[in-house]
Amino acid sequence: MSYIDAVSGGDESFKLKLISIVKEELPEEVKIYNENIGLKDFKEAAENVHKLKHKISILGLEASYEMAVNYEENLKLGDMNLREDFEAILEKMIRFINTL
Amino acid sequence: MMKCIIVDDETSARAIINHLCSQVDTLEITGEFPNAMQAIKFLNKNEVDLIFLDIHMPDFTGFDFIDTLSNPPKIILITSDKNFAIEAIEYDCIIDYLVKPVLLPRFLKAIQKTENFISTASDSEVQELDSNEITSNSKKELYVNIDRRLVKIDFESITLVQAKGDYILIKTDGKNYTVHSTLKKIEEKLSDNSFLKVHRSYIININKIIDIEDNSILIAKNIIPISRSNRPELMKRLNLL
Repeated sequence: MSYIDAVSGGDESFKLKLISIVKEELPEEVKIYNENIGLKDFKEAAENVHKLKHKISILGLEASYEMAVNYEENLKLGDMNLREDFEAILEKMIRFINTL
Repeated sequence: MMKCIIVDDETSARAIINHLCSQVDTLEITGEFPNAMQAIKFLNKNEVDLIFLDIHMPDFTGFDFIDTLSNPPKIILITSDKNFAIEAIEYDCIIDYLVKPVLLPRFLKAIQKTENFISTASDSEVQELDSNEITSNSKKELYVNIDRRLVKIDFESITLVQAKGDYILIKTDGKNYTVHSTLKKIEEKLSDNSFLKVHRSYIININKIIDIEDNSILIAKNIIPISRSNRPELMKRLNLL
């Protein structure tokens, strides 16, 4: 939440708006990612991970960000290494936004 | 006020940029678009000064989008990818490259950079315009400040210009004008080939020469000295038989 707090700059209405957008956008992005992984469309899945990286940073999960960067690069090469770690982060993020 | 649009397929990213823009008085958001096609349609009918542009978008990347614009406005790239910085440098219209997530201090720096860039470009345009006007005007006429009035003097009416201390005396067919200026300054304005400096204190209109005798020129009713160093150029310019 550190990024959301910082970018909001004390503007509570914007903070709530941004949280609301993330709560709506994140599950949809995760769903599309899962579909592409299921189809083994690694190129598209890499694009999805790219978008999800932004959500990772918005939610302030800095440590997970670098891992997501590496996973995106792996997918571009058709390599699914780091998939489990990445998907664990996605679950963590979904659980977290549901508490907001 | 800079008119801006935001082009990013992520709603959250557009909301963040919009929020950051709302904190800068000089920015006005005139549109937000989730893809390049919608932005292109908007730009076909509307002018903007600045685009906040994501690179990773479905179908059309940010760079593809820029390539479709014949005269792109200034662009600030906003992306999660640090690897496009080199490609971004290739585009003159790209002013800055912000990596998501963007915070206000870095955003403000990018805006300042854009404002400085636009301001500098604008100054150069004015200077270029001034210079063009002087050049085109100088072919025909000159304006001089006499008692707070700008008086037009046609080049072809000028007989000679004489240096007089901090002033110059411009003699024309009809009138004489004393102006606070230097011979060097007016020489720069008189780009017309008709004029030649024949002495450190005189520029003459060679079309007005009546005759030349030894080291002096009769021009209208004035006898003007010719300096030794300027004489060869004068002789070159005359249509000697």
